[in-house]
Amino acid sequence: MNIHEYQAKQLLHQYGVAVPAGQPCTTVAEAEAAARAIFSSGHGLVVVKSQIHAGGRGKGTFTSGFKGGVKLAKSVDETVDVAGKMLGQVLVTLQTGPEGRLVQTILVAAAETIKKEFYLAVLLDRAVSRPVIMASTEGGVEIEEVAHHSPEKIFKEWVDPAVGLMPYQARKLASALGLKGDLFNQACKLIAGVYKTWWEADAAMVEINPLCIVATANGREALVAVDAKISLDDNALYRHPEIVKMRDLAEESPLEVEASKHALNYIKLDGNIACLVNGAGLAMATMDIIQHSGGRPANFLDVGGGASKDQVSAAFRIILSDSSVQGILVNIFGGIMDCNVIATGIVAAVRETGLTLPLVVRLEGNNVAVAKQTLADSGLTIINGDTMADAAKKVVAAVAAR
Amino acid sequence: MAILVSPQTKVLVQGITGSFGARHAQLSLDYGTQVVAGVTPGKGGQTFDHKGFSVPIFDTVAEAVRQTGATASALFVPPPFAADAILEGADAGLELVVAITEGIPVNDMIRVKRAIQGKPTRLIGPNCPGLVTPGDGENSHGGCRIGIAPGYIHKRGHVGVVSRSGTLTYEAVWQLTCRGVGQSTCVGIGGDPVNGTSHLDVIKMFMADPDTHGIILIGEIGGASEEEAAEWIAQYGTKPVAGFIAGATAPPGRRMGHAGAIVSGGKGTAQAKFEAFEKAGIGVARTPSEMADTLLRLMK
Repeated sequence: MNIHEYQAKQLLHQYGVAVPAGQPCTTVAEAEAAARAIFSSGHGLVVVKSQIHAGGRGKGTFTSGFKGGVKLAKSVDETVDVAGKMLGQVLVTLQTGPEGRLVQTILVAAAETIKKEFYLAVLLDRAVSRPVIMASTEGGVEIEEVAHHSPEKIFKEWVDPAVGLMPYQARKLASALGLKGDLFNQACKLIAGVYKTWWEADAAMVEINPLCIVATANGREALVAVDAKISLDDNALYRHPEIVKMRDLAEESPLEVEASKHALNYIKLDGNIACLVNGAGLAMATMDIIQHSGGRPANFLDVGGGASKDQVSAAFRIILSDSSVQGILVNIFGGIMDCNVIATGIVAAVRETGLTLPLVVRLEGNNVAVAKQTLADSGLTIINGDTMADAAKKVVAAVAAR
Repeated sequence: MAILVSPQTKVLVQGITGSFGARHAQLSLDYGTQVVAGVTPGKGGQTFDHKGFSVPIFDTVAEAVRQTGATASALFVPPPFAADAILEGADAGLELVVAITEGIPVNDMIRVKRAIQGKPTRLIGPNCPGLVTPGDGENSHGGCRIGIAPGYIHKRGHVGVVSRSGTLTYEAVWQLTCRGVGQSTCVGIGGDPVNGTSHLDVIKMFMADPDTHGIILIGEIGGASEEEAAEWIAQYGTKPVAGFIAGATAPPGRRMGHAGAIVSGGKGTAQAKFEAFEKAGIGVARTPSEMADTLLRLMK
């Protein structure tokens, strides 16, 4: 699960990580009040940031023509103006796709005077099954770019889960970033807070980019998490009811939300051949073989190990809600699951939806002979696929012939 | 021979009274597997009865091991309690714990993996279909089935199969069996980002097993377990290996069903894994329909 920047900053703040003063706002009036509070506390500049689950906001463009999903404002009036142009508008960035995302919340925050930018993240290193803290002197840019061009500028500390993060590891990282004196001490505390956020919130990734040295009002310097991104481990959400409340369904594809209600795992893709498969590995392999046969998969859909008749019909409804779908491939390896349950579900779903698109079904496994008979006896036009390759070829050909 | 388990292996089931555990305990008994004990805290002293079998239930794994001599466990305990159950199995001195449970928090698995480090217990999974060493009977009856794989699709023989997924493994096994080719052992290592046993761990066992003559290695996007296995095979491999990677068409940054199946930061792509296979001399099945045929060509 992903959360918004302002939510990530709220979580980090709870763990003692310094973030710029700011408020999430859903109305222009709220934005006005938030800006007023920031200006009256002595800050000379406010930043207004569109809250969507996609990167590239600063360089994005609203469908209204307004440019920039992140804007600076020098006054309350300017904040109100910008807020009005963002709220309720659709922002298109490099990561949103052409359809863009509706901006329903903006973060109005103090704009810091940035002296230097760093990068800091905590994530799982799968190779060693341990958390790794990554820090870099190259902040504000994509970390993949840094890893590619100057890997020597990335510093890593792996945490032994038996003892947790030790203070010396934070000191090593702070030192590697070249920090001294008070900033060194601030960095040690901040790194410990970021790690604690990752561990205690069961995050998949916490990324602070940039982490900044900023000038403070009293002429000193401070370390502040100017941007933050957190994604959570879905498996651990059951023990974080307060984080579950941060889920923003508007940021998720409606079909994917609908699928999750039926315990179906669905991801929409760009193609026109839908597939319905049991098992994640087999579902990916089915997408692959559609492409290999010259077609384009319209989705990933795993109905799970014990799919019921109701799930099959829900799966069909979801597939058919995607208007680009022109053919369907069902690939079921019913090891223990009774293939006839699936066959009965398919027949019912085809009747219920009045399906007219080509449907190729490949069933294998338990009770498959009876299942094939069920399909044959239905009187429906269902194309039989003998193997995965045969089924893929047939569905691609049927779609091409339409 | 086979690896990890033989038809004589005594198996206990952790979570035998839950509906999922009970169903698969029954299927393992039907297959002829030596299911000698069940563990459900609070139900010790009861029995699990199925078609003339009466399997004793214990409150603790330690007690079950002491009373029955079980050496392997099939674990069906729900996610919030699974980490504890895995460590209980290790504490009881089991040689093998096979965690079927899907949905265990990653941080729980990070701690479990650290806690069993250096202990003699091998963990397979979690979020895996388990493993099967087929038997000699009709439809491979009499084998050792730990987990949720369909037993009847197997056939006793000499091909080892290792994979991160369930149904895709059954697909490979079924392709082999339909061609009259049997399997030594089929191992599903699971689809989570932190698991107990890697592709490489299983590949090493297959290479050392005189009963295994060829190997099918099935991977998917995410992580680098397949690349690690390929590098080792390039240097030390002594038997033909065929490989397939699922997820060439998966969009980056999206989790494809399995918690571990994600391309992130340009890492863990199917293309990189296929390239690693080619470099290591592994026979590449370009589609999932060709997994068995690719290996059989190499074994001629």
